[in-house]
Amino acid sequence: MTMNRQETEQLIQEVLEVYPEATGKQRAKHLMANDPSLEKSNKCIVANKKALPGVMTARGCAYAGAKGVVWGPVKDVLNISHGPVGCGQFSRAGRRNYVTGYSGVNIFNDINFTSDFQEKDVVFGGDKKLAKIITELDGLFPLAKGVTIQSECPIGLIGDDIEAVAKKSAKDIGKVVVPVRCEGFRGVSQSLGHHVANDSLRDWVLHGRDDDQSFASTPYDVAITGDYNIGGDAWSTRILLEQIGLRVIAQWSGDGSIPEMQTTRHAKLNLLHCYRSMNYISRHMEEKYGIPWLEYNFFGPTKIAESLRQIAAFFDDTIKENAERVIAEYRPTMDALIAKYRPRLEGKRVLLFVGGLRPRHIIGAYEDLGMEVIGAGYEFAHNDDYDRTFKELQDGALIYDDATSFELESFVERLKPDLIGSGIKEKYVFHKMGIPFRQMHSWDYSGPYHGYDGFAIFARDMDMTINNPCWQKLKAPWQRAQAEPLSAAA
Amino acid sequence: MPNVMLRHNAAGQLVFYVTKRDHEETVTALEHASPDRWGGEIRLADGSRFYLEPLARAPKLPMTVRVKRL
Repeated sequence: MTMNRQETEQLIQEVLEVYPEATGKQRAKHLMANDPSLEKSNKCIVANKKALPGVMTARGCAYAGAKGVVWGPVKDVLNISHGPVGCGQFSRAGRRNYVTGYSGVNIFNDINFTSDFQEKDVVFGGDKKLAKIITELDGLFPLAKGVTIQSECPIGLIGDDIEAVAKKSAKDIGKVVVPVRCEGFRGVSQSLGHHVANDSLRDWVLHGRDDDQSFASTPYDVAITGDYNIGGDAWSTRILLEQIGLRVIAQWSGDGSIPEMQTTRHAKLNLLHCYRSMNYISRHMEEKYGIPWLEYNFFGPTKIAESLRQIAAFFDDTIKENAERVIAEYRPTMDALIAKYRPRLEGKRVLLFVGGLRPRHIIGAYEDLGMEVIGAGYEFAHNDDYDRTFKELQDGALIYDDATSFELESFVERLKPDLIGSGIKEKYVFHKMGIPFRQMHSWDYSGPYHGYDGFAIFARDMDMTINNPCWQKLKAPWQRAQAEPLSAAA
Repeated sequence: MPNVMLRHNAAGQLVFYVTKRDHEETVTALEHASPDRWGGEIRLADGSRFYLEPLARAPKLPMTVRVKRL
């Protein structure tokens, strides 16, 4: 059942009835029925506003955006969670940003470094302790290329001067030391953390090798930005780019490193996957170094082919020919894959509620499998994300910004989707409601989903989730419809 | 007096981007767009207007400037 715009609007009204008047009024601005002809979202949806008290939000904090998303995947820095121990420990290695190297020797993503704030640090300040930690870490991990100071809430509250410590320590140890002002209380969601982290990269890292001309660049150098290598995503992206003859000189920031970030200025094109979290640095590089940036989408064969052609259009004819060759090369594999999975997934309806880019980027991949996305929403998007979403979604589809747990559950009860893609906080609620669910933040411990190789895994995962026999076992035999013969259940 | 980045988008339109607000809007009219005088009143697609002190020559975009809200 596909809903038209009026039906969707009516559904929204009915769900909002439960709220007190003021809350309902506020929330109504965050919900809408899609109209693909819309160019601008600021007239029809409100985004990036503080969540209302009393309704549960799925959002994170600025620290989550800066340390968890942007800085966390950088493999050769020591990310100090500056403050009490919990923030670092509970966000440690949870996002499955794959890296190559030896843990504790030249990569440090799976280790929790923290200044472990105690009462006395709050009273007397933690700057001395921080300076000591940085020197100590440098001694323990000599192959690290830098240190970042990820502020937790107390640092901003007590007014420690981490910038001063960073400047002094950088001289002492002779490495990059980056203060990141990502205290959790800043902003309304993790989105500000992305911005803060991008600004820290711009101010403290990016220009580090501007005087160094030793890097031998080629006309085919590109950088991948906004790909965090979740389950190996950046690697399967990289394979494709290399196959069409480009050279990837930097990955921001999945499996990325400080030196490659500093040589990114030699790139001829910045390929931006997650617009929300890395558009800031891409815009800056465009202004400072004149590197154009291009948003692309590597989910599902249709979008991949489209993106490869767009990317190739920036380069000469050899690259364009290569792109066509690569697309043609993969076509039989993709056709076979779709022939295998499409009959099992055709017509299934999907509801998405994820973060930065996925609610709009994965739609193409589902459509390649014959599925339809009936609702999509972002936890922390801004209006420019919605501008980009309208044309991807079908007419009348439900759009929800920062949906509360109540709204999401009500929508699911009413729409009865065949699959939900969201995060761990939603997963078990919907499992208990008996609806197939995939975690689309971390690919549910699977992946990669980017690129042609990723699509094969994506299709398999969706099939094994939706067509899993367990969903038929949720009702006790005596609760099942009479017509259903018992023998079929056995 | 917001800090704004001016750039051309893929379609060649002039785009006005307010960094702090993540707000992007296309420019519908620019008062002076000649090579020796560039700036003045900027009119955006959403109807708002800004003023950029005219520059002596057409700049290389993208460029961050401070503009006045009108």
